[in-house]
Amino acid sequence: MADLNPVSAWRRFLALPNESRTKTLVIAFLVSTACALLVSGATVILRPIQTANRAAEQQARLEGLIAGIPGMATLLAEEGGTLSTVVIDLDTGHAAQDVTPDNLPTALEDAANWTKLDPAKDLAGIGRRPDYAQVYLLRDTEGDISVAVLPIAGAGYNGPIDAILALQGDMNTVAGLAITGQSETPGLGARIEEVAWLRQFPGRKIADAADRVRISVVQGEASNEFEVEGITGATRTSNAMSNILRFWAGPDGYGPFFDAVRRGEF
Amino acid sequence: MATRTYLQTLTDPLIRQNPVTLQILGLCSALAVTTSLAVALTMSAALTAVLVLSAGPISLIRRHIPDSIRLIVQIIIVASMVIVIDQILQAYFFELSQSLSVFVSLITTNCLVLGRTEGFARHNPPFRALVDAFGNGLGYSLILILMGSLREVFGAGKLLGFQVLPTVDQGGWFTPLNLMLLAPAAFFMLGLIVWAIRSILPEQVEPLDHAPPNAERLVD
Repeated sequence: MADLNPVSAWRRFLALPNESRTKTLVIAFLVSTACALLVSGATVILRPIQTANRAAEQQARLEGLIAGIPGMATLLAEEGGTLSTVVIDLDTGHAAQDVTPDNLPTALEDAANWTKLDPAKDLAGIGRRPDYAQVYLLRDTEGDISVAVLPIAGAGYNGPIDAILALQGDMNTVAGLAITGQSETPGLGARIEEVAWLRQFPGRKIADAADRVRISVVQGEASNEFEVEGITGATRTSNAMSNILRFWAGPDGYGPFFDAVRRGEF
Repeated sequence: MATRTYLQTLTDPLIRQNPVTLQILGLCSALAVTTSLAVALTMSAALTAVLVLSAGPISLIRRHIPDSIRLIVQIIIVASMVIVIDQILQAYFFELSQSLSVFVSLITTNCLVLGRTEGFARHNPPFRALVDAFGNGLGYSLILILMGSLREVFGAGKLLGFQVLPTVDQGGWFTPLNLMLLAPAAFFMLGLIVWAIRSILPEQVEPLDHAPPNAERLVD
């Protein structure tokens, strides 16, 4: 007759020889369950704090980027140190009607607010692009835009690369670039985060007089105002950066927004 | 072994049985994370915590771990503890965890941890296993802290971020030795520490694996 008392069943289980198949399986199962509970518990409980940390870091990098642009510190002082935040519609380039910075995350949870990209056009390798983007505008005393700060993203060699591109008021001169997230190879591709490399960007031009996007990261020395020298030994990451910049500066990226700014809409 | 007191179990791994300098375990992290004292301290604390936290449960279930899966059971317990510690670091010590990058997750594969659970916790009652794990954690920390402080002082003139030696850049006299911040310097320093300890405690010197071919000539 089977003994259904769980306590004595547990005792009989523990008394099994360690090499028995039942005991091996049950121990493996119990240990994995306990560990799984521990790990998922820790992850779930600590996630809100970690997300806040990452957001704070992104904010700090944004401030670092803006503070690093020449003349920006004085400008910020004149401005009272504030940036205006605008959500733009990437398809039209206009300011978004119903989406605000507060409800942008909710809006982006809806798949209808994303555009699937044709592989031929998808230089940055992102697959689909959000229809709305939050940009930061810095204005001078006359109210004209002196700097626009634009988040960009794309596929790197090992994983996604997130960056922030700052453009001067003409929407054609790079004021600065900051990498906010990447998982490239340490010592090679990961050097895109280094100030020494990023320092090349200020002053570079995005497009030529015929409005063709010309900015690129090249192997070897940069030979004109559109080119930035790549990282030796990190060809794929350099190419990825090049494509990410070209995509976001192009018609499927912030192109319509640049036109809108030039028309004086903002 | 059985006659060792708890105090001996705790203090032996500090110098006499030091996991880093005698057993030469856990080197990868010891070399990589000792560029500054703050990072070395965090790594030491993380490793000690993982050691202690995994020694407890393994020692508790030691009589019931089937031999055929004992390593995987130990590794899964160690790995879970590492993930938990890593999550805690990311939540409460975000900047330090950024500078430690992958090295916290790599504690899982640190031979030191598996060496203690497999070699000690699996055969000893929980309290003794905890004391041993803590002692080994301290032994590892001791070496890391020593290397971390020396490298930070000579490499950057700082200690825990405070300037202790005025550098030339700031109008002082000290030229930072950049080599100290690179991996080779950690190798040199570890070698010197091992040499120093073995000169003082000659019983730690390992016998030669092979006699050099011209050994007899040398004796002449």
